Amino acid sequence: MVCAICSIRIFGIEMLETVPTPSARPAATLEIEGLTIEFRARGRVQRVVDRVNLRIAPGEIVGLIGESGSGKTLTALSVLGLLPRGARIRSGLIRLSGTSLLDLSEDEWRAIRGDRVAFIPQDALRALNPVFPIGLQVGEPLNIHRGTPWQIAKHKAIELLRSVHLRDAEERAEEYPHQFSGGMQQRAMVAMGLALEPQLLIADEPTTALDVTVQAQVLKLLREIRDAHGTSILFITHDLGVVADLCDRVYVMYAGLGIEEGSVEHIFYRPSHPYTQALLRATPTIRAVEKELVSIPGQIPSPDNLPTGCRFADRCPVAFERCGEEPPPFQVGGGHLARCWRCATPQ
Amino acid sequence: MTGALLDVANVSKTFETGRRLWLRQSFKAVDRISLEVRPGETLGIVGESGSGKSTLLRMMLRLIRPTAGIIRFDGRDIWTLSGGEILALRRQIQAVFQDPASSFNPRHSIGSLLSAPLEVHGIGTRESRRKMVADTLALVGLNTSLLARHPHQLSGGQRQRVAIARAIILRPSVVLADEPTSALDVSVQAQILNVFKKTKRELGLTYVFVSHNLAVIRYVSDRVAVMRRGAVVEMGESDAIFARPQHPYTRALPDAVPDPDLGRRGRTTQASGAAPTSELHQGERRCLK
Repeated sequence: MVCAICSIRIFGIEMLETVPTPSARPAATLEIEGLTIEFRARGRVQRVVDRVNLRIAPGEIVGLIGESGSGKTLTALSVLGLLPRGARIRSGLIRLSGTSLLDLSEDEWRAIRGDRVAFIPQDALRALNPVFPIGLQVGEPLNIHRGTPWQIAKHKAIELLRSVHLRDAEERAEEYPHQFSGGMQQRAMVAMGLALEPQLLIADEPTTALDVTVQAQVLKLLREIRDAHGTSILFITHDLGVVADLCDRVYVMYAGLGIEEGSVEHIFYRPSHPYTQALLRATPTIRAVEKELVSIPGQIPSPDNLPTGCRFADRCPVAFERCGEEPPPFQVGGGHLARCWRCATPQ
Repeated sequence: MTGALLDVANVSKTFETGRRLWLRQSFKAVDRISLEVRPGETLGIVGESGSGKSTLLRMMLRLIRPTAGIIRFDGRDIWTLSGGEILALRRQIQAVFQDPASSFNPRHSIGSLLSAPLEVHGIGTRESRRKMVADTLALVGLNTSLLARHPHQLSGGQRQRVAIARAIILRPSVVLADEPTSALDVSVQAQILNVFKKTKRELGLTYVFVSHNLAVIRYVSDRVAVMRRGAVVEMGESDAIFARPQHPYTRALPDAVPDPDLGRRGRTTQASGAAPTSELHQGERRCLK
């Protein structure tokens, strides 16, 4: 849904002055402003996430699209305080319902993770502990965060497993992760994520490893959770089909930079950045007959060697002289922004 | 079955799973499949994980032996060949796998990886081999400057192009590709799919293309075989399969694929009874009808 919030929300750092103070806007579940993450390796500094802005309203499902290496996963991990060693937040703001998530101690992070933000990883089997029964793992957050006695946590875990449509939840709770199929493991992860009714669910390609029919079940489940609890969801993926199916708004990242954002309708019907347009043309569909796939030549620039101008310029079919300079985000519609000189309209 | 390049006749494969699974001691991965691969076509095999598509492909590669049934290449049973004939068969049937990183020797340069098949089969002189390698690289859209590089220095898309180059450098009759684009990003996937189409067009190759991605299968295939639980449930011309699916499972599948077309938003539905593994766990059999 495109709401009033989006139409006044501004994307780029260049325009930050014009943004009303955060307190004047309805509280967002997640606000990221100007987030810059750098890696330090062998004396070199690599900027892997650059001035990224992202906002998720309560009950909103937001898609974060990008190819591998675009910085989408690091952006998400920074909200969980789980950046890998060597990565650090250089500048920017991250706020969860108004509370800043920067410079927290490990104890403070532990209080937030699971309780206010939950994470659903791509590989559920690797995230589950192989030597404990599923039920125990799903109930564990209740015991740790709320001090719920194990006996009660166990019953709650069974209810949670039922709520993610696991059949025979009572017996299944006694089983171990390897006895579950991929889809069931992923549903168990979702159940665990829901245990403490977090405000925000971050899902990093949760369906990439699943078959299409199982993927459809997990997507349906995520929609149900949003409708039932008003949970906000940040869905990271490179599958445009999933985004079109599930998300309300979309952010597109390329080489560490947010290059386009807008409602799902804007992004799919009126993509404005040439990269987004190219992605859509490169995606095969089962319905569009005889659609020739237009591939994008070349590859994403490495963070070692970022161009000074537009980062997509060397692969862009419509690049012109201006692209040697980095484009600011331009407003192309209500809440729809694109970092491309082609979108600059003479005022 | 004249005219078939590869003829799979009533082939089954049963794996012994031992006694550790208390329910069953063997698992029928492929169950009496018959299909043929015609010269010059791309046959797409689509199915979910566990449907037996990779097992079928491995049998066609003569990597695993069918429990029952016969696979013929050019009219001859591939399991009755002599040693020399097997070498000749290997030259005719080549493969491209999902993860090129794991199918290359990391210590070899791209140049030596590509000339290895030529050396094994005793083709050409050192000079002419170099030329063939360069020509093949150009065909898959790579520059000869990569020849001295090692696999880890290439991007995923470049590695998959090298894998295709290695498969086609012997000018085989048929190339079997197992999920060759599943590990790639969308933009790179489109590049690789177009390399497949181009090499097929320019060399007159025959492809067998296995994928779980219906859209990919639709894009590359002339004919499609839909697999489910070890059996082919539907087979036919690609357009016909997608326009008028007959089997209930094939009918249900496209609705499960999220489509970038917003007109279908929120309409992905699950194919009923579509989770084969969970059913195995419960030892139950559901029918779609």
